[in-house]
Amino acid sequence: MGEGRSVGRTRRAAAGAAAGLLLAAAACAPVEEGAAGTDPARRALTVFAAASLTGTFEELGGRFEERHPGTRVRFNFAGSSQLADHIAAGAPADVFASADTRTMDRVEDEGGTAGDAVVFVRNTLRIAVPADNPAGIDSLADLADPGVKVALCAEEVPCGAAAARALEAAGVEVTPVSRERDVKAALTKTELGEVDAALVYRTDIRASGEVAGIAFPEAEQAANDYPIAVLKGADRPGLAREWVAFVRSEDGDEVFDGAGFTTV
Amino acid sequence: MARVSPPSEPAAGRLRVRAGRSPWPLLVPALAGLAFLVLPFAGLLARAPWSTLGTRLLMPEVRGALWLSLTTATAATGVAVLLGVPLAWLLARTEFPGRRLVRALVTVPLVIPPVVGGVALLLALGRRGLVGRYLDAWFGLTLPFTPAAVVIAQVFVAMPFLVISVEGALRGADRRYEEAAATLGASRAVVFRRVTLPMVGPGVVAGAVLAWARALGEFGATITFAGNFPGRTQTMPLAVYLAMQQSPESAIVLSLVLLAVSLVILVALRDRWVGAL
Repeated sequence: MGEGRSVGRTRRAAAGAAAGLLLAAAACAPVEEGAAGTDPARRALTVFAAASLTGTFEELGGRFEERHPGTRVRFNFAGSSQLADHIAAGAPADVFASADTRTMDRVEDEGGTAGDAVVFVRNTLRIAVPADNPAGIDSLADLADPGVKVALCAEEVPCGAAAARALEAAGVEVTPVSRERDVKAALTKTELGEVDAALVYRTDIRASGEVAGIAFPEAEQAANDYPIAVLKGADRPGLAREWVAFVRSEDGDEVFDGAGFTTV
Repeated sequence: MARVSPPSEPAAGRLRVRAGRSPWPLLVPALAGLAFLVLPFAGLLARAPWSTLGTRLLMPEVRGALWLSLTTATAATGVAVLLGVPLAWLLARTEFPGRRLVRALVTVPLVIPPVVGGVALLLALGRRGLVGRYLDAWFGLTLPFTPAAVVIAQVFVAMPFLVISVEGALRGADRRYEEAAATLGASRAVVFRRVTLPMVGPGVVAGAVLAWARALGEFGATITFAGNFPGRTQTMPLAVYLAMQQSPESAIVLSLVLLAVSLVILVALRDRWVGAL
């Protein structure tokens, strides 16, 4: 147990950590340059969008860039309310697409939008069950069975508010084992088989492929409207309006239909 | 055992004078560091809705979440001490093949994002997990979505702090005291209990305080493994996160409550037991 040996080891560890930091810094540098755009002629559009739009917006972003050479669309996907907070705090964004009107209203009330928000798609709830449906669920009423483990979204997030509306419309009272922070967390618990059922969006079930979806009539009363708006602080308001128009074009309809959204 | 003789008076006096005049190359970054840590709290305090603070505090959900946080963090610290101190001893005082690997494994929970830790716990201890499926089949025991799962998630993320702290203390402790006790006829267990543990006591307490603080603030692994249900698995950090989705003011109040309670406890602990820290 020489003192010297342990000192040497500490030094080596410190040197290793320092080398790691250097490597990390080196790895970051080129990525950042690329993202900022080294060519000043390249136009960048920044879109803040609800996490549930990830797949469809990325697809549309690729098409938009093809039609507008020299344009880059950058996305920030997160929970709608979190994005609204960031917009209120001055995050640089040109367009905001929210998963519910409540969150968009908040941004509008704070004077964050330029012009009115328009609804472009609708998402409806489904009961998600593990592929083998261990609890034999086939209707919303089955979720009330105390032996059935159900995950719902927390009522603070859009999918939870929609779930509450659907359950109320059906007159079913459910005591979930967990109120998940977002729809993907509820979906994951179903995929892993830790819960017997969860209320998630139709689009999530289609994107997952690992869970089965069960439709129920009350879902119509609990549909979520997705509004989109150009933001007041937009660097490129013209380009931002073009993006909104593109999302509502036939291209948009095709992509959203494929993902399980209802276009409006 | 000869003690190091104390330095003669004049030398000590000189030292004190030098320490009194703070060298600015240290002082400037030190103050900058302090400001960096304190500034965000100033932001919280500036935005706090003081007028409605009282009514918000009395909400039963808040008390439920606070009580759950304090009890689970304390239980998690207890488990971490029971398992972590022997583990630290193993790492510091024994030689076995693969010890370096074991030490690296112990620090894994510090490195991986807590959410990933939560998924890992589900895959291991969940109803269909590696071990969890047998707990379910043989004992009818399912851990996810229970307060026990909250504690497990907290132990997972907090125990490494304790192990590292205690291992450092064990390595720093003078082994000759243990050897002396052994030559006087004490068994290994007695040596550990009567000599080793008292010597590394401050390290254990420091590690336990760190682990407790980490467990109290735990979010990612908890919400993933234990879920979020008010009164059962919703700890304060989870309540703060969800409040943030709707009203930032409520989130600020909850954060301040958590902050105030943990500060009071940590300061009280330090004064009473952790004087040496």
